[in-house]
Amino acid sequence: MPKTLLRLSVNGEDHDLAAAPHKTLLEVLREEMGLTGTKHGCELGECGTCTVLVDGRPVLSCLALPIELEGRAITTVEGLAGAGRLHPLQQAFAELGAAQCGYCTPGILLTARALLADNPRPTRQEIREALAGNLCRCTGYTKILDAVELAALRSAGGA
Amino acid sequence: MRGVGKERFTVVGQPLPKIDAWAKVTGETRFADDLSLPRMAYGKLLRSPHPHALIRRVDTGRARALPGVYGVLTGLDLPRVKFGILPVSQDEEALCTEKVRMVGDAVAAVAAVDEETAERATELIDVEYEVLPPLMSIEDALGRPEVRIHEYGDGPNVHKAVSLEFGDVESAFARADLVREDVFYFEGNTHLPMEQHSALALWGPDGKLTLWSSTQTPHYVHRLLGQILDVPPAHIRVIATPNGGGFGGKLDPFAHEIAACKLSQVTGRPVKITLTREEVFYVHRGRHPVLMWVRTGVTRQGEILGMHFRTWLDGGAYGSYGVASTFYTGALQTVTYRVPAYKFEGARIFTNKPPCGPKRGHGTPQPRFALECHLDKIAGELGLDPADMRRRILAEPFTKTANHLTVTTIGLGECIDRVVLASGWRDKVGQLPPGRGIGIACSSYLTGAGSAIYWNDMPHSGVVLRADRSGGVAVLCGAIDVGQGSDSILAYLVAEVLGIDPKDIRVHAADTDLTPVDLGSYSSRVTLMCGNAAIQAAERLRGLLLGAVAAKLGVAAEALAARGRRIGLADDPDRSVSFAEAVVLAESIHGVLAVPGSYAPPKRAGKYKGGGVGPSPCYSYTACVVELEVDRETGGVRIDDVWIAHDVGRALNPLLVEGQVEGSVYMGIGEALMEEQVFRKGLHKAPSLLEYKSPTTLETPEIHTILVETDDPEGPFGAKEAGQGPLLPVIPAIANAVHDAIGVRIDEVPITPDKILTGLRRKREGKPARVGPERLPRFTFPPPRIVESAFGQPADGVAPRPFQGGEEGRP
Repeated sequence: MPKTLLRLSVNGEDHDLAAAPHKTLLEVLREEMGLTGTKHGCELGECGTCTVLVDGRPVLSCLALPIELEGRAITTVEGLAGAGRLHPLQQAFAELGAAQCGYCTPGILLTARALLADNPRPTRQEIREALAGNLCRCTGYTKILDAVELAALRSAGGA
Repeated sequence: MRGVGKERFTVVGQPLPKIDAWAKVTGETRFADDLSLPRMAYGKLLRSPHPHALIRRVDTGRARALPGVYGVLTGLDLPRVKFGILPVSQDEEALCTEKVRMVGDAVAAVAAVDEETAERATELIDVEYEVLPPLMSIEDALGRPEVRIHEYGDGPNVHKAVSLEFGDVESAFARADLVREDVFYFEGNTHLPMEQHSALALWGPDGKLTLWSSTQTPHYVHRLLGQILDVPPAHIRVIATPNGGGFGGKLDPFAHEIAACKLSQVTGRPVKITLTREEVFYVHRGRHPVLMWVRTGVTRQGEILGMHFRTWLDGGAYGSYGVASTFYTGALQTVTYRVPAYKFEGARIFTNKPPCGPKRGHGTPQPRFALECHLDKIAGELGLDPADMRRRILAEPFTKTANHLTVTTIGLGECIDRVVLASGWRDKVGQLPPGRGIGIACSSYLTGAGSAIYWNDMPHSGVVLRADRSGGVAVLCGAIDVGQGSDSILAYLVAEVLGIDPKDIRVHAADTDLTPVDLGSYSSRVTLMCGNAAIQAAERLRGLLLGAVAAKLGVAAEALAARGRRIGLADDPDRSVSFAEAVVLAESIHGVLAVPGSYAPPKRAGKYKGGGVGPSPCYSYTACVVELEVDRETGGVRIDDVWIAHDVGRALNPLLVEGQVEGSVYMGIGEALMEEQVFRKGLHKAPSLLEYKSPTTLETPEIHTILVETDDPEGPFGAKEAGQGPLLPVIPAIANAVHDAIGVRIDEVPITPDKILTGLRRKREGKPARVGPERLPRFTFPPPRIVESAFGQPADGVAPRPFQGGEEGRP
């Protein structure tokens, strides 16, 4: 199938690339751009593993077509940290053991970041609801909830 | 262990981040499917659509002609050697040549320019099948002996049948105040790691093969490739990539790994095969469906006099670890409570479904569910508090069980006390409003299998430490981190012994060219076995460093201590050198500082056939209380709180232990309430993450974890396992809490709403308030092997281990 030229804004940088128009954002990020931090768990939109942000909103990259995302701001886990400084969510996840195998972690971090952008001090139940679409088989979610709470607290200057 | 007083730990016991935490939260960790190589081809397998069929003809002509296809394989292109993870069950082919035994059996493989072309090519392969009757259940398989799935085993479609009796069970029943019988069923379920299996093979122009794979057992994959490919094992290198979850699902050698290797050879390109989620459901090797019957004789106080346990396992289409699974359904009943006389009969039956194998708890969650519900019923009949009754009948530390297992420390009494207190058990049991319930259960689990999969006298785990002149230390170990934190544990232990920071250590794991063998990340063995090997290596290295510093300072080595990145007199900081200087001094004397450590478990296998399954250096213990609510309109169960106390021996890092306990509770809840791997007409009913129900954040309750430390003499600094044991009591605790809530016994997991509604209806109609299996298969077990009960005999002390060596210096 002939390729289409695309200009995607990923993690604050414009990228020009050519991809078949039916390739998903997940495939283009991983295979055309080498951004393998975005993982796949089902490629059917069921597990949340491949979540990225588009204009700050969580999007399942396995169901998104890049051709529709030109001009939108795409954020992957590689774009979460600032220069030389981890995002408070990343810091909290590392400190509290919220990443075990780490495979679902990028998707959960990005979903949590969107939550905190909307609701800087969510209750535990609100965190549960926000993350209900992201499956994790390792942690039992407990340390993930703890880490989102800690990051929220720190971001609010509470600790 | 000189120099590391347990009261003076600096690293051990601290809630430190894992050493790979930063890579995990930035997406930097490279899993197998994240790897790619120049000129890489993508592979796909063609899988059987039939559960049972003969292969009459395979024509790959149209696939080969498709532009973009680099190579096509059938089983005839591979050496005709059958394989399997256990030496006694060599019954698999990577690509089937004569017969398929399940939907999903691979029959051909393709490598192409991209995944889509490879997939299209598989559709162009013409396979002619002669369909055979599918045997989809234990009853089918036993009822149609003329249809044979395999030609080997202990009878028609019987993979394995075992029968063992330790002590006189019948006379124990004759003396009992109460003899009770129950029947239970545990449906199969699957591991569901978030990462799908993936393998990348590179067969180089020099004729050497490298395989990167998301496997939990690089050593066994290495051995197997050496047996079944036309390349000497010495020319094969297997590198395990960090596993995106395993839970036992990446413990067998798989068709895609073998096909990737061979495709790389025939195409002259690196070849990667990544399974789809649907394929992962069919590859399986997960929890066996097990039907169970148990009869126990007890005194009025609930003291067990004898127990007879029978299991029927639906094994699926291949052997896999099934012989071990079968023994495990009987082996550990005796480790938790005192059981003076014990009889076990088990049979694993072949069916035309994906093969079952080891999933977290391997063969023991099913009997644990049965036993703990059975004991609850006994407590009910005797009018005893189920927590108090269990507390009174615990196994004795440092004794042997009826079936000759040596038990060391037991922290279960404290575990029960702690969860009873924390949960408010005494104010709740039998006193909660209708629809609310509370339940308790206990368990034990091995800390590493005492026997290797193939008999040998070599270490089960090896570590090499290399100290660099910079002061950095490299840890080389064959174990692969599956998310539980084994790399970090190695770094903590070495840092503790050498008095340096975990950050000064790099762990190089699971590369069969570079790292000493570790048997694999299974049976909760890694912390104990690799940990003990790492401590031995670190103590040897420290001995060399201390000796060199002692010569320099003109003092006795015994007067020196290693801590805070310095080695010197403990009470005089001026007379010390930096760790890096100590390395320079020692390397100047000894040459390259590369020091091995080895571990093999004490040889304690019972001297009877089957005695190799069950022994372990030590056992972890867990007690769990669950409080829940049953919606009597919908049959839904909402778990509100789980209190769980786990005897981990010593928490080397409490954060990681809690994580293992919480993950185990979560997985137990999934198995208890929703997860099931079931089939209709040969096809998986729910081969996707949407249809296969697993708990989300909304179904996972607050988990209250309590760690109990018993400082076991077998463990590294006293540690026992934490990754599997805590799953075991969760399932029966839920079942017992459901009974407390609604007065109905659901003797079958998963405990789904339909079963609860059926039970409530039966109760209303005055029928027995129970849902569970009503009948048992017609099957005659072989006559039992009679073995004297070893119950109550004192343990052989802390048995000397192979390779124990001196504490310091080279062996």
